[in-house]
Amino acid sequence: MEMFVSFCIVVLLAVIAFAGVELVNLQFLFGVIIPYAAFAVFVIGFINRVIQWGRSPVPFHIPTTCGQQKSLPWIKDSKLDNPTGTLGVIGRMALEVFFFRSLFRNLKTGIQNGELKYTGTKWLWLGGLIFHYSFFIVLVRHLRFFTDPVPPFVNYLDILDGYLKTGSPNLLITGWVLLGAVIYLFLRRAFIPGVRYISLTADYFPLFLITGVALSGIIMRYYIKVDIVSVKQLTMGLVTFSPVVPQGIGSIFFIHLFLICVLFAYFPFSKLMHMGGVFLSPTRNLPNNSRIRRHINPWNYDVKVHTYEEYEEEFRDKMKSVGLPVEKE
Amino acid sequence: MYDGGKIITGLIIFLAIVTFPFYSNIGKANIKPAPDLDTPAIQELDEKKCIEPTGFMRANHMKLLKQWMDDLQELDKDTYRASDCKVYDSSYDTCMECHVSQQNFCDRCHTYAGVKPYCWECHELD
Ligand code: HEC
Ligand code: HEC
Ligand code: HEC
Repeated sequence: MEMFVSFCIVVLLAVIAFAGVELVNLQFLFGVIIPYAAFAVFVIGFINRVIQWGRSPVPFHIPTTCGQQKSLPWIKDSKLDNPTGTLGVIGRMALEVFFFRSLFRNLKTGIQNGELKYTGTKWLWLGGLIFHYSFFIVLVRHLRFFTDPVPPFVNYLDILDGYLKTGSPNLLITGWVLLGAVIYLFLRRAFIPGVRYISLTADYFPLFLITGVALSGIIMRYYIKVDIVSVKQLTMGLVTFSPVVPQGIGSIFFIHLFLICVLFAYFPFSKLMHMGGVFLSPTRNLPNNSRIRRHINPWNYDVKVHTYEEYEEEFRDKMKSVGLPVEKE
Repeated sequence: MYDGGKIITGLIIFLAIVTFPFYSNIGKANIKPAPDLDTPAIQELDEKKCIEPTGFMRANHMKLLKQWMDDLQELDKDTYRASDCKVYDSSYDTCMECHVSQQNFCDRCHTYAGVKPYCWECHELD
């Protein structure tokens, strides 16, 4: 049901854009107003969400400790999986952001020959990594629509991505890989019973939406071509704040653009915020130094404590007189 | 805010990245490329028309060219019958007869759109 609803919403969105452009000629709405609005919602929503997170106290010191903690000098500690200092935390965060370290540790619990076994499962890690990287490259490639002259690194990226040199327009690998990866992520949700059981509309919707974006982009690039020069007129108009809507851009472009706008506007209110959230995740960004420094819960009631030093100060004479050892004479 | 300094720094980096298209274009005008259509061959045409309708050519010329190459290599077919029934030699030379210069025609659009056809590795146009 959740799956079906999300699917229908995405199809409906595509139909809205198509009908809006084909039947009602709302090119200016879909080409200019909605993109600006979506971008504003994205930026303001994103910042707002992060500030909200920043205002929430972290009551406990809860770094994940995935390796040997720093201890006696002759015990080798795991500096990246269980860091004690800022440098280590930065390293761990980099591993997390660039290589999805924690997902790499994903384990599957099962029974083999009557014994409990934990085996590593890397498929989600691999699928996720490929998905994110191809999405990133596709995004950077799109800079050719927002820069004039196009910076050389975008050209080089195109050349690398078009390495196969097949077809005309040239086949760009990452677009297809992105589509494949997002379909894999969907199939995994749909067919693994445990994952399916915990999947909600908020899980399916982004997947279908991204599938829609990738699919409409691929259709536009390879099949139902549009006049790219006019498209760039439109996108450059947006970023130079002198919006224009050239005549004769195919509807498929407006479908593609509208789905992207929905994705951007939806971003701050959805699980997609893990893009900013990963940096604010206490299990990742706290060093494991709870034995070195005391973490104080910011909302703690101001409890009166009586430390050992104060205790000894108070009772030193009495302690000495009954022969108890004291730290200071 | 807790750890305000770090969070604000992060947000500033975020803003710098997502608004890049805006500030990198400050003061630039949105100029459409002008492929040179003022060539002798085109001036001699009675009707200023490309092989197929202009809208189709703008969006689909690369598919047409590729189809010509495939026709030639796979079917040994070296002519193309356009939708208005005119017959053309399926060759880059046909384009260049009218459009003459790669630099002043093809490349003006391609540079603007950031495309570098790998076709040029084997084909030389002008
Ligand atoms: C109106 C502007 C325009 C003109 C003029 C033009 N092109 Fe293009 N051409 C484009 C655009 C835009 C693309 C990229 C399409 C895309 O990215 O889907 C392109 C792509 C191509 C491609 C495919 C390249 C690739 O790697 O995908 C070839 C081949 C090509 N053009 C050949 C030519 C030739 C030959 C001429 C000159 C006779 C020419 N074009 C003139 C706009 C133009
Ligand atoms: C590996 C080298 C190579 C590449 C790359 C290449 N071609 Fe060709 N092309 C050929 C060869 C070989 C022929 C056949 C020439 C002949 O039989 O006379 C040909 C023929 C053609 C022809 C018809 C013949 C002529 O004289 O123009 C066209 C049009 C053409 N190619 C377009 C393209 C386009 C468009 C691309 C890029 C998408 C491309 N080619 C990339 C090698 C290449
Ligand atoms: C008979 C001469 C002739 C031939 C051959 C010809 N063209 Fe054209 N082409 C024209 C004319 C004339 C125009 C301008 C049409 C207009 O202004 O509406 C044009 C326009 C174009 C445009 C659109 C330019 C713009 O301003 O947006 C492209 C792209 C193009 N041609 C590519 C090609 C390619 C690629 C070939 C070879 C397959 C080719 N042409 C062959 C005459 C020709």
